[in-house]
Amino acid sequence: MPFLPVILWSDVLIWLLLVGAIALGVLSARKPLLAAAWRRVGRSRAGMASATLLIAFVVVGLLDSIHYRPRLEHSAGQGAAGSEQQATVYAVEVLSLLDSILSSLRTRNEKTYSEPLATRAHAKESIEVRDADGQLRQSRDYPRLKYGGAHLGADEARRDADIGERVLRATGIALLAWWALAATTAAALARRAGCPHREAWRRIWRNESDFAWNAVLAAIAGLLLLASPLALLAVDYHVFGTDKVGQDVLYQVLKSVRTALVIGLVTTLVMLPLSILLGVIAGYFRGWVDDLIQYLYTTLSSIPGVLLIAAAVLMMQVVIDTHPQWFATAAERADLRLLALCFILGVTSWTGLCRLLRGEALKLRELEYIQAAQAFGVSDLRIIARHILPNLMHIVIIALVMDFSSLVLAEAVLSYVGIGVDPTMISFGTMINNARLELAREPMVWWSLAAAFVFMFTLVLAANLLADAVRDAFDPRLAGSA
Amino acid sequence: MLAYLVRRLLYALPILIGVNLITFALFFVVNTPDDMARMQLGVKRVTPEAIERWKAERGYDRPLFINQAASGSAIFTDTIFFTKSVRMFAGDFGRAEDGRDIAREITTRMGPSLAIALPTFILGLLVTVSFALLLTFFRASYLDFWGVVLCVAMMSISGLFYIIGGQYLVSKIWKLVPISGYGGGLDAWKFLILPVVIGVVSGIGSSTRWYRTIFIEEISKDYVRTARAKGLSEVTVLFRHVLRNAMIPILTGVVVVIPLLFMGSLLTESFFGIPGLGSYTIDAINAQDFAVVRAMVFIGSVLYIFGLILTDLSYTFVDPRIRFN
Repeated sequence: MPFLPVILWSDVLIWLLLVGAIALGVLSARKPLLAAAWRRVGRSRAGMASATLLIAFVVVGLLDSIHYRPRLEHSAGQGAAGSEQQATVYAVEVLSLLDSILSSLRTRNEKTYSEPLATRAHAKESIEVRDADGQLRQSRDYPRLKYGGAHLGADEARRDADIGERVLRATGIALLAWWALAATTAAALARRAGCPHREAWRRIWRNESDFAWNAVLAAIAGLLLLASPLALLAVDYHVFGTDKVGQDVLYQVLKSVRTALVIGLVTTLVMLPLSILLGVIAGYFRGWVDDLIQYLYTTLSSIPGVLLIAAAVLMMQVVIDTHPQWFATAAERADLRLLALCFILGVTSWTGLCRLLRGEALKLRELEYIQAAQAFGVSDLRIIARHILPNLMHIVIIALVMDFSSLVLAEAVLSYVGIGVDPTMISFGTMINNARLELAREPMVWWSLAAAFVFMFTLVLAANLLADAVRDAFDPRLAGSA
Repeated sequence: MLAYLVRRLLYALPILIGVNLITFALFFVVNTPDDMARMQLGVKRVTPEAIERWKAERGYDRPLFINQAASGSAIFTDTIFFTKSVRMFAGDFGRAEDGRDIAREITTRMGPSLAIALPTFILGLLVTVSFALLLTFFRASYLDFWGVVLCVAMMSISGLFYIIGGQYLVSKIWKLVPISGYGGGLDAWKFLILPVVIGVVSGIGSSTRWYRTIFIEEISKDYVRTARAKGLSEVTVLFRHVLRNAMIPILTGVVVVIPLLFMGSLLTESFFGIPGLGSYTIDAINAQDFAVVRAMVFIGSVLYIFGLILTDLSYTFVDPRIRFN
């Protein structure tokens, strides 16, 4: 095989979550109340535009969640005879599908800092120049980048024209692609509604359809207009510059997306079963079970979250350091620490939702239809499954979407403090942490920080807007006012 | 009232014991005291004797939870857990790895922490409640809409950005105040003003939105309609009726954090080089100093429980209908 598949634990969980999300979708489609709520979400323009953006992020994250180790090429000197007996050797470096798509970004490393779209390095260096007499001379100048704008050759002055031309070409491609997509959407809608094409088009843009197609199409337009120039420029330039060790910043921010998604999503996987199970049991059975569970969550929530996380991550790091035999690659080690972080974040954050669900379950169990079910002799388990849980779903869904953005923000802070993800794992937090002293440099290096903050802001803003749309649609208290 | 307080304080005891159990489990289930000793001593000086000496010096040479060799109550008392936690309850936190007395460090570092946290808290509360009232006053208008949009945008920005951006703009470009550091006495304001302002600004987004939701929910109630019907102005309705009735949900979120102000803010203090408890904790985390982290966890939970009791007490002040018996 040309590669050895590597299945990291976080990959498994991410794909499980995708399956879970699809299952939730199928389930909601069959429950009329939930389906109606999701349709309300679908009508929200801000919600759907941000959902489109989030899907783009998720696609990047999913592509980055298929890992493999490429086979090492045998060196030519060993000869053909040797290679047959040799066991195939795989690289220790774990790559992902995203890495192989972005392999040009990943491998074309400069020596050190370079500005976005630059052809020359950021700082002066002693370089040897051949002068008119053909003599080598030392001079201090900005050295030419190895890859940034290399296709221009000696003709560096052409850079601006080249960039302009690429942006124009990319915009053209983006507009064409968008037009094709929008026309297909309109045609599909026209066929489903059985109305003329023009009528479907009008409905989309006059906001008369049941789904906020205009917001989705607008968001896609924005995405295409940003992504296609980026892609076209990234072929020959470092669009967001390079960092201290010369790595492309665009590559780093794209890799950070997966870390953020894992933190934001896998944590809920830890949190949900704990809070649903304990919350419902405490509220439904009351008595000593309730006391015990209340004691448990009061105790846990009275420990300051950061300190609990710090203690747990420190411990985990010691375990990781003392058991190097567990991990075949550095990626697996970093992955375990990421999972440990998710786990401990889940443990510190389930108490809020648990308290909420307990209160709601306490209220529900006194309602007539549940009293009636009890009088009929329906078993407790069945009452919980049939009558209590479905009526708590809206709280769970709201809590899920609300938590995501705060978790993404928390990751950056924790990584800054040194108790976040493994320093070798690319994430928004480690990017900011590595770049925090760069603003003090002369001349200033701003692009790494700016790229990390802008991407993180976009991701969190989209998540917040979607969370609002979901909350408005699912919260029965807001149903009248919104 | 007194009986209630006593009951709450008694209830705090098992919680604190639980907190201690959790921290101990975290520290020792995955790591034995031997591992800790090895890590603190470094790779070079590790000999079995050195480890034993390290453990004996720090009292880690006992069993963790149950001492089978002992008899009577000593089965439970002559253990690491018991000896270490009982001291905590007495306020004796022992020494940090560098040999300094933790309790002493904490008392000297409390001042700078409070000097940042208290103004940030009070100013932040004033600013966000006023903004939220403003948005409520202009509800369902463009001002309200864009105000909420601004809040969502502000809460989507990482707290790190506010700090890094603020330091860059105010200290490096405008050169108004020093970038970081701390001075005692009257000069301290120069060092305090930037972290306080940044702390207030970074909290505006989420708090304003939260208070606005509370006010909007309150404003749709019957008594507000009655107040308007008897001819009160909208401003009077907001301040005399809505604000006072919204106090309970606001207090629930706010009073709990007042005692925790002593703990300082990890981020702000480490960015601004303020010698408070927050930066103490971060340094301890980075140096893997378990004694300090454990002490801070204990103090943090004591303060949190104190905050919960304070919250309950504050309810009786804003709502005379609430009584404890």
